[in-house]
Amino acid sequence: MQVTVNGESLGLAEGTTLGQLLAQRDNEPRTVAVERNGAIVPRDAYGATAIMDGDTIEIVHFVGGG
Amino acid sequence: MSTGTKDPFVIAGVTIASRLFIGTGKYGSDALIPAVAEASGASVITVAMRRVDKGGKGVMGHIPSRLRLLPNTSGARTAEEALRLARLARAAGCGDWIKIEVISDTRYLLPDGYGTAKAVELMVKDGFVPLPYINPDLYVARDCVAAGAAAVMPLGAPIGTNRGLQTREMLAILIEEMEVPVVVDAGLGRPSQACEAMEMGADACLVNTAIATASDPVAMAGAFRDAVIAGRTAWLAGPGGVKERGEAADPSSPLTGFLGSPAPGAAAGGA
Repeated sequence: MQVTVNGESLGLAEGTTLGQLLAQRDNEPRTVAVERNGAIVPRDAYGATAIMDGDTIEIVHFVGGG
Repeated sequence: MSTGTKDPFVIAGVTIASRLFIGTGKYGSDALIPAVAEASGASVITVAMRRVDKGGKGVMGHIPSRLRLLPNTSGARTAEEALRLARLARAAGCGDWIKIEVISDTRYLLPDGYGTAKAVELMVKDGFVPLPYINPDLYVARDCVAAGAAAVMPLGAPIGTNRGLQTREMLAILIEEMEVPVVVDAGLGRPSQACEAMEMGADACLVNTAIATASDPVAMAGAFRDAVIAGRTAWLAGPGGVKERGEAADPSSPLTGFLGSPAPGAAAGGA
């Protein structure tokens, strides 16, 4: 299936969860926030959230700023 | 590092130990942040929210846990975009305090007053404690406070310019008129400028660029800490009056009892 992650098109295996996507990207779940199709996914739901074909996912974290 | 319990600094019911807020942007190395935070004495620190790359580590690992995080909504061009960023910041575990930035001007990064006040309204409805970054404009500030802002954060000069209190007159009016804390944010380039803002009666200052881009950021953080404390102490002490240009000097020492002058009461020319 094809999804968009942080603006980039990406092929993923069917049934991939958000938790697996974060692990593939080496993103620490405790330091990020995730939006799936514009809705925030609670941190404790990453493992149970299956990504669907066509999903748009944003993964953000805190960086230096003023 | 405040002047203590005699002069509590409170935002939204929370007592804040230091009147110097610091940022986390522009450091040559984020590894400097813990030492800067320590030297500054700050208890509030700002962060920004951005997309994370593969393996991206972000800044959180460098922020001492004692500090209260104040995520900003930099990158938001509208109130709705600011709310989206605020919700993400909360989901990432950053609490409810948000420094609202609504900016569509990319050259001078000046805040959009209308969009900012609207963002305050949206965020209060969603349970946030908003601290809006604004031009020091009385009407915008009042709109923000009417919408529920916990403090206002007017600029001294455009972001990152180190140009100091260019907006001095308007800041003085805001300080006089606001019933919520006034945190002077943006443009403070030297400790003397932060000190002056505090002497004018500002409640706090936020400094990022001036510390982060100093040759020795840790030493500069300490200088800003001392300047903010000095300025606050001076404000509380009640500065004396200032004479107009052209008015005569007013001696600090007595004009009587000079050597060689007649004793008081002595007849002129007497011996």
